[in-house]
Amino acid sequence: MPHDVKAPAAASTSAAPTPEEEARAVAQAKAAAVRRRLMINLMRIVLVAVWLGSWELAARNWIDPFYYSRPTAIWDRLVDWFSNGTSQGSIWEQISYTLREAVLGFVLGSLGGVVLGVVLGRSRFLSDVCAPFIKAANAIPRIILASLFVIWFGLGMESKVATAFVLVFFAVFFNAFQGAREVDRNLVNNARILGAGRWAVLRTVVVPSATSWILASLHSAFGFAIIGAVVGEYSGADKGLGLLINHAQGTFDAAGIYAGMIIITVLALLAEWLLTMLEGRLLRWRPPSAADSNPV
Amino acid sequence: MSQQKAPVIELHGATKRFRSGAGLHTAVRDLNLTVAPGEFVAVVGPTGCGKSTTLSLVSGLEPPSAGTVRVHGEPVTGIPDGVGYMFQNDAVLPWRSVLDNVATGPRYRGLGKREAREKAREWVARVGLAGFEKYYPHQLSGGMRKRVALAQTLVNEPSILLMDEPFSALDVQTRSLMQDELLRLWSGSGAAVIFVTHDLEEALVLADRVVVMTAGPATVKGVFDVPLERPRDAEEVRLTPEFLDIYREVWESLREEVQITRERGTGRAA
Repeated sequence: MPHDVKAPAAASTSAAPTPEEEARAVAQAKAAAVRRRLMINLMRIVLVAVWLGSWELAARNWIDPFYYSRPTAIWDRLVDWFSNGTSQGSIWEQISYTLREAVLGFVLGSLGGVVLGVVLGRSRFLSDVCAPFIKAANAIPRIILASLFVIWFGLGMESKVATAFVLVFFAVFFNAFQGAREVDRNLVNNARILGAGRWAVLRTVVVPSATSWILASLHSAFGFAIIGAVVGEYSGADKGLGLLINHAQGTFDAAGIYAGMIIITVLALLAEWLLTMLEGRLLRWRPPSAADSNPV
Repeated sequence: MSQQKAPVIELHGATKRFRSGAGLHTAVRDLNLTVAPGEFVAVVGPTGCGKSTTLSLVSGLEPPSAGTVRVHGEPVTGIPDGVGYMFQNDAVLPWRSVLDNVATGPRYRGLGKREAREKAREWVARVGLAGFEKYYPHQLSGGMRKRVALAQTLVNEPSILLMDEPFSALDVQTRSLMQDELLRLWSGSGAAVIFVTHDLEEALVLADRVVVMTAGPATVKGVFDVPLERPRDAEEVRLTPEFLDIYREVWESLREEVQITRERGTGRAA
């Protein structure tokens, strides 16, 4: 008897699934995806807990917290900074100062890098003329320029913006250059036949096809902008997170250094998230990659 | 048939050499060819003989090394007015939707965004892609992308249409479908066409006149009138006895050149 009941059901699955069966299969797949996501997040939390727990335990029993600090001390320092302010004044003021320097350097540096990269990428003559200078400029350990900029522009914001600019510029320039150079000749010829002048080719073919190259460089470029701003503050400043960290180093305050590091990391992650959103918007036309079709 | 009218395209002794490594490579030599208004000319020749170079000369993308190229009676310097060019590889902009891709030509030629899109919408429908206006090229099949390229070219209403093996990447069924589509869109447009292909069957199905090129460096070997009536059905016309007669005649001429190219190929391989 059960045999008789089962047979038609098996036949119907092998032919075409009924709506109910399909709905059930979809629901099952959804549930599996949710379970998987939960599992991944759970594992992440466990990893962080094990790491912080072992650090805390070690600092309380074996290693010297004066040198290595411990998670609870760092947390206390963050709470202290945000509720009572820092040795240099309000923490928000420091954050906004460093962030303004980084963003300004990032915007100016990427604009400069894109413009010069695209122009040189499209002009064989100019790029041949400039090639040795660009190689040399790229070989300079540019972070040292931070000291020079303090002498030139003083302790204010300008010297940090300049440092961030220099770091960002080269990161973006090389990608924009490569992107402009690798434009499909076919696309350019087609645009010219369709009636495009030089400027229209640049605007509608070269820049869009270099965009994926440029966007890829912007991810690392914002990191560079923050590094530039913080190192600039290190070399001499009257405000900012770099100064805060420098001060913590001067007073052997390991927890203060960690706390500053955490704040900067959070800023960089926020910027990364914004850039990813921008990228998704600008590159909507691209075919989805294999990575995107994974169950999330 | 329309030989009395002033030709739209004239090549006289046109030669094109490219620098290749240390030496010079001659792609086409001493090429003589005229095309009358509204005439459909197919150029066939062995693979890699320099057929495409002929189109680059007419389109003004490449200047000739020697000889003259005239379009509408004027020597070609830069891209002449009224030329449309369909490339062998996909040249549609991958970051633009179907509609905006078709609208690029009118936009480049100074039309406002609204008018350009209106014109484009009409052509998208005419090539049979109505409903796909918002799709991006990567979401379309190879044949559909060719339709986009066709609309992109035809929306400018060219008086000269250059086509460089546009359907060679398509499967056989899609190809003959596209051939029909091309004949339908071309008839009544009054455009002169140079259609480059290595497929003799395709050349005979489409053209009024077939030009056979020699193995590279290419020059004109023979010119054959195609005595098939229009309108033609790309699928049906291949089966008629007239088609087989002319096929045999042209193939006789083309075969030697294909043979030469093959021997060179095997010589290089050995």
